[in-house]
Amino acid sequence: MTGAQIAEKARSKPSVLPAPNGRDQLYGRLFRFAMYAALFLAFLGLGAILYDVAISGAPRLSTDFLTKFPSRIIPGNSGVQSALLGTLYLMLICAVFVIPLGVATAVYLEEYADRDRWYNRLVEVNIQNLAAVPSVVYGILGLAFIVRGPLGLGNVLLAGGITLSLLVLPVVIIVAREAIRAVPPSVREGSLALGATQWQTIWKQVLPGSIAGIATGVILALSRAIGETAPLLVIGAAASPRFNPDGLLSDFTAMPIQIFVWTQDPNREFVDLAAAAILVLMIVLLLMNSIAIVLRNRYEQKW
Amino acid sequence: MAQNPANVESEPKPVSAEETARTATTPGESRITPAAGSRQAIFDVDDVSVHYGEKLAIRNVTLDLYENEITALIGPSGCGKSTFIRCLNRMNDLIPSAKVAGSIGYHGENLYAENIDPVQVRKRIGMVFQKPNPFPKSIYDNIAFGPRVMGMKGNMDEIVESALRRGALWDEVKDRMQTNAFGMSGGQQQRLCIARALATSPDVLLMDEPCSALDPISTGRIEDLMDELKKDYSIVIVTHNMQQAARVSDMTAFFTVELSEDGKDRNGVVVEYAPTDKVFTNPEDKRTEDYVTGKVG
Repeated sequence: MTGAQIAEKARSKPSVLPAPNGRDQLYGRLFRFAMYAALFLAFLGLGAILYDVAISGAPRLSTDFLTKFPSRIIPGNSGVQSALLGTLYLMLICAVFVIPLGVATAVYLEEYADRDRWYNRLVEVNIQNLAAVPSVVYGILGLAFIVRGPLGLGNVLLAGGITLSLLVLPVVIIVAREAIRAVPPSVREGSLALGATQWQTIWKQVLPGSIAGIATGVILALSRAIGETAPLLVIGAAASPRFNPDGLLSDFTAMPIQIFVWTQDPNREFVDLAAAAILVLMIVLLLMNSIAIVLRNRYEQKW
Repeated sequence: MAQNPANVESEPKPVSAEETARTATTPGESRITPAAGSRQAIFDVDDVSVHYGEKLAIRNVTLDLYENEITALIGPSGCGKSTFIRCLNRMNDLIPSAKVAGSIGYHGENLYAENIDPVQVRKRIGMVFQKPNPFPKSIYDNIAFGPRVMGMKGNMDEIVESALRRGALWDEVKDRMQTNAFGMSGGQQQRLCIARALATSPDVLLMDEPCSALDPISTGRIEDLMDELKKDYSIVIVTHNMQQAARVSDMTAFFTVELSEDGKDRNGVVVEYAPTDKVFTNPEDKRTEDYVTGKVG
């Protein structure tokens, strides 16, 4: 039979396959449409905010805006230097506290903890819960224990950094655990079977194999930290200081605080400054997230 | 266990006649077969039972494993072969619920004695797993990992080259030592894992179904390699492939699943342990016969 004959025969005979179910197909299309609509709405909201911010903020963006201190009186002479530096310092302090603590906790929970012990389960459940606690609660904790109370540091940079560290620590632990869990057990077995100790196995196989995932998670967690406003407001970050923090025990402010202060101002020009500051903060966040994505794509271990 | 004719504890040398007969039929073989009286037991497994939590996985295993021989562990799935082989280098320690009872003598020293460090055990008794598990590092670093964690002295390049030669992999990889091991074929990866285990100069190589993820050609190469390696190492291999056991091994232990005494549980037991020829051509136990002739399993 030639191809044409087969085709002819196929046309003349009813199909052996059942006819497609019209209702199933319709539901399939509706569902797909609903998902596109949801996606569109999400982007629409984000786009509208960005558009609004860009319209009022973009004309204010300049190197002057980055290098000047905030002014209470002359909007045109105002900048975000102290806030931007404050945010960068906060991020550094956060990283210093959160990376060793978070990774060590994750290593303990994944590699050492016996799940049958009640205290390990308690720690696990608590970390999950802490990750969901509203940030303002961390602010209150910071105020009561770090700014005042036992540590009594006052409302200084270090207090802000520790408070934000506490806030993102559960998130860092969770992502680090996931990255560590992604290292297959066969790698641990292979290493231990060669006579490596558990410590050598963790240090030379498990951590190198999960470092990209951990780094990605830490960056995303830090970008959450620098976007937080409520805890810093509660612990009493300075409003529009005309100086940079000059040490861990210095007064400080941060981008979200500066934005908040400006949006409260009755003068419309200060509100435009807030929009410009939002753009700066967004750019910083976008940069950090891009680094996270690049790290993940380039260095993440495929098993 | 009373029906086990090869229970070497009660009957120290039950295999000498067959062993001599077998080697006599292969005069071309270069391996020097120890005379019946001089076979050295490297493992003296005495009444070993393993529990996972409440479940008894293997029950009262007693047998001797011999130096410079290949011992095959065969049997249906779930009969405890892997559990047993993992007792020999204390890999079962990694499973928190696993409890090993009985004793395993290694050159006369009980591996499960109080003062024995499992890390030291694993340095002497290497292991190759079912699925090739190279580290996500270069070929060179894969091999060098063991010697490095052991703090082995000497020229690392030479150690690596010698291990790769023993693993019959040197010629294929000598020009790409710094490339990632994940880029190798499955068969090459498995030989890399064998070479990696050899790099720390163990004297026993445990292989847990080393060929089950490989094609027949790669399997053939690994079998050739095992034959080569038994001059210097004692090898214990778990295999589902009876032809493989028949081809490569000197001794074969047949494991199967038995109902426990109270009838509620299923335990792995050793039914028969004898020279491979005998297990495959003239087994004592009906269950062994059914299994090796393909009636069950």
